[in-house]
Amino acid sequence: MQGYWRKNVTIMIVLLAIWAFVGLGCGVLFADWLNQFSLGGFPLGFWFAQQGSIIVFILLILIYAILLNRLDNEYAGELEEQEITATAASADGNGEPEE
Amino acid sequence: MGIKGWTIIFVGASFTLYLVIAWISRVRDTKGFYVAGRGVPAAANGMATAADWMSAASFISMAGLISTMGYAGSQYLMGWTGGYVLLALLLAPYLRKFGHFTVPDFVGDRYSSNVARSVAVLCAIFISFTYVAGQMRGVGVVFSRFLEVDINIGVMLGMAIVFIYATLGGMKGITWTQVAQYWVLITAFLIPAIAISIKLTGNPLPQLGLGSELITGDGKGTGLLEKLNLVNEDLGFKSYTTAFGGTDMWNMFCVTLALMAGTAGLPHVIVRFYTVKNVKAARWSAFWALLFIGMLYLTAPATAAFARYYMIDSINGKTQAELPEWFENWEKTGLILWIDDGDGKLRYSARADNEVFNKGRLTGPAAALGWDKLIASQDVERKTALQLLNAQPKIRGPDKDIIVLATPEMANLYAWIIALVAAGGLAAALSTASGLLLVVSSSIAHDVYYRMINPEASEAKRLLVGRGVIGIAVVIAGLFGIYPPGFVSQVVAFAFGLAAASFFPVIVLGIFNKRVGTIPAIFGMLVGIGFTASYIIGQVYLGMEPWCFGIKAQGIGTIGMLLNFIVTLALTPLCSPPDERVCALVDSARRPETPEDAGPAAVDH
Repeated sequence: MQGYWRKNVTIMIVLLAIWAFVGLGCGVLFADWLNQFSLGGFPLGFWFAQQGSIIVFILLILIYAILLNRLDNEYAGELEEQEITATAASADGNGEPEE
Repeated sequence: MGIKGWTIIFVGASFTLYLVIAWISRVRDTKGFYVAGRGVPAAANGMATAADWMSAASFISMAGLISTMGYAGSQYLMGWTGGYVLLALLLAPYLRKFGHFTVPDFVGDRYSSNVARSVAVLCAIFISFTYVAGQMRGVGVVFSRFLEVDINIGVMLGMAIVFIYATLGGMKGITWTQVAQYWVLITAFLIPAIAISIKLTGNPLPQLGLGSELITGDGKGTGLLEKLNLVNEDLGFKSYTTAFGGTDMWNMFCVTLALMAGTAGLPHVIVRFYTVKNVKAARWSAFWALLFIGMLYLTAPATAAFARYYMIDSINGKTQAELPEWFENWEKTGLILWIDDGDGKLRYSARADNEVFNKGRLTGPAAALGWDKLIASQDVERKTALQLLNAQPKIRGPDKDIIVLATPEMANLYAWIIALVAAGGLAAALSTASGLLLVVSSSIAHDVYYRMINPEASEAKRLLVGRGVIGIAVVIAGLFGIYPPGFVSQVVAFAFGLAAASFFPVIVLGIFNKRVGTIPAIFGMLVGIGFTASYIIGQVYLGMEPWCFGIKAQGIGTIGMLLNFIVTLALTPLCSPPDERVCALVDSARRPETPEDAGPAAVDH
């Protein structure tokens, strides 16, 4: 399952880098500089701070949910095979049956 | 029919709806009571999370803050939404996989320590009560303005409703009520924004209206933002769109980051992700939550700008006879106030000639005289009175909380729209209050009583204790509303700073670093909390200088969080690693979910 975890962490780091660049970067650190450009009737830095960053945040979570759920499906099959061959050590932990 | 009649109809109808939902979703076991039986669909949980999250502060205060602060107000917009990215990517799916009931429960199990659990319980209770106090003030403001009843009666009515649906249905009742409350509050927020956007700019989308040209008034043909910049500068305020306004870049950076990490660490938000079926649903649920929250947060900047336009345009330079009706309506609440210097014309500015105030707490020589004498100008010349008042930044200008509530009146919208806003404000306050009260109840009844005092307790007994605690918590929250502690607004900074400096690092490290053991985690939390708390208390109450890079109290959570990370990671190599049980627990959270193990991994409840 090392592969799964590594891919998971890679996706997470890329998305968090975008999060930091747009939210803290475009919205705060570069806002003053971006304000010299304009988008529609908005100064660009102001737009990022009050609209753009929020839109990007929503998209980031959407992309994360799609990618990770797909990754889960890919690896879930593999995991089942593993558990059949080697009786999983953590099986006794699966205490509470759900629903 | 007038505003009052419509308000009674809307508030009455929405309260009845909440009670009906409560009756339908009453529960019989602790799983239903704490985590709604883990059966809430992702989209519904998204709505519930949105209502849980969007408090009276988001609904009533935030647009007001942006309206007054301009660009600098964006720190709230970005901080309170950006936190969801952290929550979705770093916390929610893993916590759901662990499958606990509460956040302290996770902390206690991951670090195998009741000390860690107790620290987490104290933080959860403190954060929740701080927040609840703010909600109750919101309820009071709405009731006293729109129904003209005594604030105390309003608070008691609100508390009675929360009491019924929270004790009957626990998390399940709260969840489904919050779904309804989301629609009430979002409708109440969007309808006036759209109506005003059409009126001012002709564009039905407020998000675009914000960047459009005005089609009315003397600014016809100029862009709304351009006009606001001109008017603001004209009156001595900071330009509306220029970066940093009244703050500076690093303070804004720290506040934004502290709010983001704080949001991700707030126990009442995290606990919502325990209620969904599985990890996949937890991920989707985070997306739905931010989408639904985004609907309000993307509209709030537009509402803020519209309100700014009306606030200045409709009162500046007007005489007593020309003043609009909303001004007189709100004057009764003391949240806006005009003291004329003798020329008969109102002047709202950032200079010494400002004549608009709110009846906040006075300090210094003005406090010695008191509001009555200052307004009537007894014992003191009018000019001196104005000078004394203008020397106090906190009472200059209208109270920020009235801006959202008064904007529909400023724009002369229909009475029913104004009443709808009142119902929306109540929905926002009550939904958040109930979510917070459940956190208090589960922290005490589950973490303290069941996990630490009486692990043998039967299901029925635990449920009874849970209901009892939530009942007591509602009463305490009600008392906060009736006797509001004067420090509510300052303590909110506290809640976020504390969540950022305590929960956020401890949970992130608990998931992403298997080596971190009990002692580093406890020390990390104590250093983070200790530093943040003493810095805020020192600055807010003891007049301490912001010695740490000039960072103000609101943003200090960022530094507290860094300290927590540094201390924990520095101590880790020196202390023993966690035992095998904990390693297996963390490993299990890092594996993809198979259809069979939708259940929790290693925790046996």
